[in-house]
Amino acid sequence: MKVGILFSGGKDSTYATYLAKKEGYEISCLISIVSENPESYMFHTPSIERVKEQAKVMDIPLVIVKTKGEKEKELKDLEIAIKKAIKDFGIEGIVSGAVESVYQASRIQKICNDLGLECFNPLWQKGQIELLEDLIRERFEIVLSGVFAYPFEEGWLGRKIDKNFVNDMKKMQEKFGISPSGEGGEFESLVLYCPLFKKKLKIIEKKEIGEKNSWRMEVKLK
Amino acid sequence: MILIINICNEKLGYYEYVKPIESVLKNKSIKFFTRDYNKINKNDLKKADKVIICGTSLKDNGFVRDIAEFEWIKDYKKSILGICGGMQIIGLIFGGKLSKETEIGYYNENFNKEYLGLKDKQEVYHLHNNYVDFERLKKFEVFSGKKISQAVKYKNKEIYGVLFHPEVRQKDLIARFCSLGNG
Repeated sequence: MKVGILFSGGKDSTYATYLAKKEGYEISCLISIVSENPESYMFHTPSIERVKEQAKVMDIPLVIVKTKGEKEKELKDLEIAIKKAIKDFGIEGIVSGAVESVYQASRIQKICNDLGLECFNPLWQKGQIELLEDLIRERFEIVLSGVFAYPFEEGWLGRKIDKNFVNDMKKMQEKFGISPSGEGGEFESLVLYCPLFKKKLKIIEKKEIGEKNSWRMEVKLK
Repeated sequence: MILIINICNEKLGYYEYVKPIESVLKNKSIKFFTRDYNKINKNDLKKADKVIICGTSLKDNGFVRDIAEFEWIKDYKKSILGICGGMQIIGLIFGGKLSKETEIGYYNENFNKEYLGLKDKQEVYHLHNNYVDFERLKKFEVFSGKKISQAVKYKNKEIYGVLFHPEVRQKDLIARFCSLGNG
């Protein structure tokens, strides 16, 4: 089956891409919704250039649609993007990296159902520690590209998701109620390598922007 | 030992509809084994103490075409829980018919009697295009749902069906089903 992946370049959508490929699905395209609103309910806010580099190293075509990120209206933009993927690539299904958000998952399900597409959320209800451990076992190289909750601060930007990180998240979950895989929006991630990448991406430039417990990292990849 | 039945014909469906049920059981240290619906044999049914028939995606309805694979349900003496598509299977096997009604997302449902630990108003996650009207099946009692039967039980057998997905908000319902009859 030909599928399109709702892709932000973070760990969840990249892992969903990996699982779809592993299970024999044809990844016809990646679909990225670039939101102008960092507070979007639906979408993370990836930089276009970053996603382009990731698509390039996976050798998968990329469909990009911009949205102002206004609640519910952004769903129309998602539908436009999916329709474009149907027209240009003949996709028969959508794969997303939704883990726990019923808000996200149910809206994607509705759009796919209306368009006659299959909808797959292979990380749905997955344990957050289990998810991090899977990513490490499958040799994903991931860094934090944004942090948005106490007690995270600037120093966490660029930190690698490895065994030490998982141990720290377990402690932070207990002490501060942090979702270990950032499901509550506590942090965002950037995948620099996974088994689908033909080469490892490197951060060649970075700019850290933010204050207090809200920081993000703009990067240039190569 | 719980037998978990996978009714997904799409491989990715396993991750979304079967694995979360396996995780609930793993977290509660409940032993289980999983089989695809078209690969179940007599030994599997004999080995199991209880059976959970999981749901599947909105478009993956091959189980309706293959409904004869579930004829064993009619004479099975052990407890069964059907979730969404699994509930539809139970309804079809006992003479019900599929009707169309799409519900996706959180809905409030009222339980008129306690049902595997659920009572009164509950917010449940729906994901279905079809349902079976169990009000027409006299052997079943409907615990929740007026127009659309949401939670049912065969009156004198331990056969349960829920149209919603308890793996999202009502994980305890699954554990409670697994501990039925364990004192």
